[in-house]
Amino acid sequence: MPPEFTLHFERPIVELQKKIEEMKVIASRDGVNLNSEILSLENRLNKLKVDIYKNLSRWERVQVARHPRRPNTLDFLNRISSNFIEIHGDRNYRDDPAVVTGFASIGKHKVVVVGQQKGHDANENIKRNFGMMHPEGYRKALRAMKLSEKFRLPVVILIDTPGAYPGIGAEERGQAEAIARNIREMSRLKTPIVISIIGEGASGGALGIGVGDVILMFENAWFSVISPEGCAAILFRDKTAAPQSAEALKINAYDLLELGVIDEIIPEPPGGAHSDCIIAAKNLKTAITQKIEELIAIPLDELLRLRIEKYRRMGVFKEV
Amino acid sequence: MIWFKKRNSKLTSQQLKDIPEGLWIKCDSCGEIIYKKKLDRNLWVCPNCNFHFKVTSNYYLRIVLDEGTFEIFDENIRSTDPMKFKDRKKYSDRIKAYSNKLSITEAVVVGLGKIDNIPVSIGVMDFRFIGGSMGSVVGERVARAIERAIDKCIPLVIISASGGARMQESILSLMQMAKTGALLSKLDDAGLPYISVLTNPTTAGVMASYASLGDIIIAEPKALLGFAGPRVIQQTIGEELPPGFQSSEFFREHGFVDKIVSRAELRRTIAQVLRYLYRPADTIKSKIFDNE
Repeated sequence: MPPEFTLHFERPIVELQKKIEEMKVIASRDGVNLNSEILSLENRLNKLKVDIYKNLSRWERVQVARHPRRPNTLDFLNRISSNFIEIHGDRNYRDDPAVVTGFASIGKHKVVVVGQQKGHDANENIKRNFGMMHPEGYRKALRAMKLSEKFRLPVVILIDTPGAYPGIGAEERGQAEAIARNIREMSRLKTPIVISIIGEGASGGALGIGVGDVILMFENAWFSVISPEGCAAILFRDKTAAPQSAEALKINAYDLLELGVIDEIIPEPPGGAHSDCIIAAKNLKTAITQKIEELIAIPLDELLRLRIEKYRRMGVFKEV
Repeated sequence: MIWFKKRNSKLTSQQLKDIPEGLWIKCDSCGEIIYKKKLDRNLWVCPNCNFHFKVTSNYYLRIVLDEGTFEIFDENIRSTDPMKFKDRKKYSDRIKAYSNKLSITEAVVVGLGKIDNIPVSIGVMDFRFIGGSMGSVVGERVARAIERAIDKCIPLVIISASGGARMQESILSLMQMAKTGALLSKLDDAGLPYISVLTNPTTAGVMASYASLGDIIIAEPKALLGFAGPRVIQQTIGEELPPGFQSSEFFREHGFVDKIVSRAELRRTIAQVLRYLYRPADTIKSKIFDNE
């Protein structure tokens, strides 16, 4: 994990944290009691975090979603599940390390997990291809989901990708076909599917493992048809217009809840998920567990009918 | 008359290249200068290199369907501006401008028709309308075309031409991929055939949803197909792309297209395939065109 990485709007937080640390050092070194001062600074720190995070712009939240220290799929799985057994490969071409699949226990529920995997540093990211899947990754995910259907296990999906990989091999092996097939097959998979967008949800790359019964989304995650930079380059014809395009695209959790695209926002601790992974994981676990319990209570044919209806309703148009 | 007049004007081929909207048209692929009427007689296919020019949705309806059988549906479904989207221009103004300029109201036309007497639910995309991009209206019209196929127990044919999801409707456009994909699972479950025809270009969100989900996938020659655009790929990998990359022929070779079919053979090929896949006697009696 990178030792330090500070977003520009986090600077006052970091400065205050440093001050508190210094005070603690002084207190223990000189044997003076600074407890009340430290406590008051800590209260100020919490309030500062809340205030700063409450007022972030859409583009600033994108920065939080991309924070190198933000917990990734395996970080979360380690905290929300036990007895994780990873499974590998699409039985066709190779194992795509940009997506993690396997069996896990979340609370009392045995589930199949599928999650896009980013790294915290350059080495990990190269290994994981920055969480950008190839076609064999989507096929690996589908294979895991078909197992979940066969053995009647709910599917828990964690989305965190800057997009499906745009490369020569990806096209040769049918990136579009792999994503399209997953969309169709997930819409009729005979088991509950709970989706959580934990960081970045970029376009078809996210949707390729993103069709299900319930879509949860972390407070600072983003989910969009295109990245703010991509939209800036194409529509605004200006690569520096990412902040404006993030505003225009309305890509934050609050926007998507209002649009009816997601079902629930998972709160992050003040300061973002990276400031307190334990609380973020606890919130994720609570939300997922609750949804699994709701979904397994629904008869399967009803569940499938509701799932298709959910997507059937999406879109805004007028009839003249 | 005009033919001779043009000839007498002694335009060089270099000058002609600069006049795409005249009597002569330059082939985008081989550079050949072609007499427009000849090109039209040849279904807008270059007689020199077989490059297929982009044509309109109405043009495809005319060359694919039996004459006089097309019945348009869902024309009344129109775009609003749900995001109040504005880039260099307001989205609502863009929509107005395109609708006024073109004789179509959105990037897809859907309806019912017959191909060699086989009833079909058909959708044809039109690249002229904001690059054939898919927003809520395209998604809804395609969704209804799928439902009409299921309802009437008839095959579905979609001719695609699209740059992908429409950015101006943001996440709602992305969700049209899920909407159409989900409904295609119902069509598949109903055992009804779906023929997807890919024309130049079919990429991104449309290629990564319904265009790739045909039971049979037909592509016109030399079309640009794929998930990511060539420029994005080139920028990502930082090297030149191999010649022919992401063409119809490339995807046929890699196993993602069943047949490459020239425009002149399109109607006949679809009919031939449907004769194998569609047996109305085995399904519920076809409801199209009767009891209505």
